Amino acid sequence: MAAQIFSAIFVIIIGVGGCVAYFWGANKLLDLVFPSRGVSGTAAVDNLRRQGMVRPWLFVGPAMIILAIYLIYPVIATLWLSFFDRGGTNFVGLANYEWAVSDHDLRNSIFNNILWLAVVPAACTFLGLIIAVLTDKIWWGTIAKSLIFLPLAISFVGASVIWKFIYEYRGEGQVQIGLLNAIIQYFGGQPQVWISLPFWNNFFLMIILIWIQTGFAMVILSSALRGIPEETLEAAVIDGANPFQIFWKIMVPQIWGTIAVVWTTITILVLKVFDIVLTMTNGQWNTQVLANLMFDWMFRGGGDFGRGATIAIIIMIAVIPIMVWNIRQANKETGGH
Amino acid sequence: MATKTGKSFVGRFGVHIAVLVFVAIWTIPTLGILVSSLRDKDQIVASGWWNSFASSSQSEAGRLPGASAQTQKDGKYVIEGNIFGDGPKREISAFGVKSSAPTQYKAGSVADLDDGVTLQMNADGGFVLSSPKAFEGDRGQRVYFASSAPPKFTTDNYDAVLFSEGIGRSFMNSLTVTIPATIIPILIAAFAAYALAWMRFPGRPLLIAVIIGLLVVPLQMSLIPLLRLYNGVGAFFGVPSKTYLGIWLAHTGFGLPFAIYLLRSYIAGLPREIMESARIDGASDFEIFVKIVLPLSFPVLASFAIFQFLWVWNDLLVAMVFLGTAPDQIVLTAKLNALLGSRGGKWEILTTSAFITIIVPLFVFFSLQRYFVRGLLAGSVKGG
Repeated sequence: MAAQIFSAIFVIIIGVGGCVAYFWGANKLLDLVFPSRGVSGTAAVDNLRRQGMVRPWLFVGPAMIILAIYLIYPVIATLWLSFFDRGGTNFVGLANYEWAVSDHDLRNSIFNNILWLAVVPAACTFLGLIIAVLTDKIWWGTIAKSLIFLPLAISFVGASVIWKFIYEYRGEGQVQIGLLNAIIQYFGGQPQVWISLPFWNNFFLMIILIWIQTGFAMVILSSALRGIPEETLEAAVIDGANPFQIFWKIMVPQIWGTIAVVWTTITILVLKVFDIVLTMTNGQWNTQVLANLMFDWMFRGGGDFGRGATIAIIIMIAVIPIMVWNIRQANKETGGH
Repeated sequence: MATKTGKSFVGRFGVHIAVLVFVAIWTIPTLGILVSSLRDKDQIVASGWWNSFASSSQSEAGRLPGASAQTQKDGKYVIEGNIFGDGPKREISAFGVKSSAPTQYKAGSVADLDDGVTLQMNADGGFVLSSPKAFEGDRGQRVYFASSAPPKFTTDNYDAVLFSEGIGRSFMNSLTVTIPATIIPILIAAFAAYALAWMRFPGRPLLIAVIIGLLVVPLQMSLIPLLRLYNGVGAFFGVPSKTYLGIWLAHTGFGLPFAIYLLRSYIAGLPREIMESARIDGASDFEIFVKIVLPLSFPVLASFAIFQFLWVWNDLLVAMVFLGTAPDQIVLTAKLNALLGSRGGKWEILTTSAFITIIVPLFVFFSLQRYFVRGLLAGSVKGG
């Protein structure tokens, strides 16, 4: 254990120190090569100009190199690999895509992903909004929000264990140690094996993600709600609007932009959902999703990179509209100045 | 809302109840594994954790001694003893001799078996089996009973999990991955963010657009090419392809777009006058960055650090692809996933391991929640 701690600290110092050394050293070097102090006036101005040309690249250089290696190159390479066979050496044209269209598992995954997309973002946003509105009205709202926000810090694997314990099944008549079956049995119902229940098991997996992400939606929407001018709400009250009318006709339209952002953020997350399915069912009982199927193909029998890459491309295609929308929004924001 | 419009007591009461229900649903699952991780491992399977403060009862089965233990007493053949033998005593509430009716008789009562055979079993486990005829055979009478044990809390599970299941080791591995994978992207992103916010160079707007585009690129797009790249580099230099350096850089790459985006929008909002006056005083960009921008950006750096820390600590996918599963590399999430497979029904191990994996994020979260929320707002309200 001590050796492990020591070597961990050692590698941490090397890793972080190397990074600091680069920035410090590169700038020092630049100052040495083009000195601006201790040289004559014109030379100093020339060197300052040269420094000004080089220094931005010293600053953004590491980021650009890492982004290029870890994101830009892989995007192109994945697209390229999707036209190759399992080892990535023989060109197979559209064969992987033909397989994708006809494969039963993949079709099932797409169906499940659509199910997730239809339920999770909507449920998180809706619950988050309700909780944000309700907690705003009570004195212990901050504590309540903290507690509901808490699952956001828990890993998907940890959350899966937590919920697997809740869904735990024992035969009928036995002592149920899973909370859900205990409640069902208490009210005279039949205990169920929730995670293998056809079709509905998908929803029991979704509950885990909803449980995690509602806190995120709640915090963002809560701050947006606070941005609604007090006068607007007061005017509605004076006009005799009831709480439901205020909620649906005043609050929701006012924060529509934020709702859209929360919705899309969770949508992207749902497209990539992997850990929960892997740990709960590993895709059995018709719960497969794209990200887990891809992981499966990457390592199944030595790995089929062509098909894995094709599945990645399918996920990417689903994200592209959101990406375009994001860039447009950002351009609109920065376009002003 | 109820306080503003319908000032009715019922309305206000309803809001409190509703929030209470939400809070309960969102905390009880976590509470379940915390309580279970502290319970005795036999009690975890004997009763639900919500009953952990009550005595837990469980159904047990045992066999009475065979014919060789019989003695003659008052013209009857008798076998006496205690069902628990020399082991720990539990309290018996009921017993039976058929598996279909394991709790047919109350403890202390005399059960009439066939042919004049009677069995009495007391709450302390003592039993008397008597028969008018001699017992035969070595296999004694099968008995079933319901026993209860007082609630027992222990930290044994933590001892077991930390030191013999390898969770302690994985905890160190997770820290080894997480700390550099948090600090390195901060450094790299901060320099890049400053350049993108305050320095003039060609191609800057394009770079910003690319970074915003990369914000949403799914991780899955990177996995296969990077795995091939790592394997290739490993084979070329004759080094292992799954290393800590490899996963630090991978996490750095995946975290950079968000880091640069978040930091740039903050740094761009710093007052221009401060930079201008420093420049007039002859400070270079490097000095301005280190002495002015970094200290002023502390809140946003903290926000990102928390994000990245939680993200890396909780990550499973990247760790499973780029890091090995040997004891010296496997991180907590991957270890927990492995335990789910190999220790499927052992809830004392699973709940305890799960609680250990979430304890660090929970601590970080509660102590630095302010920064976390600020980062969340800055990151997503603007369209991330």
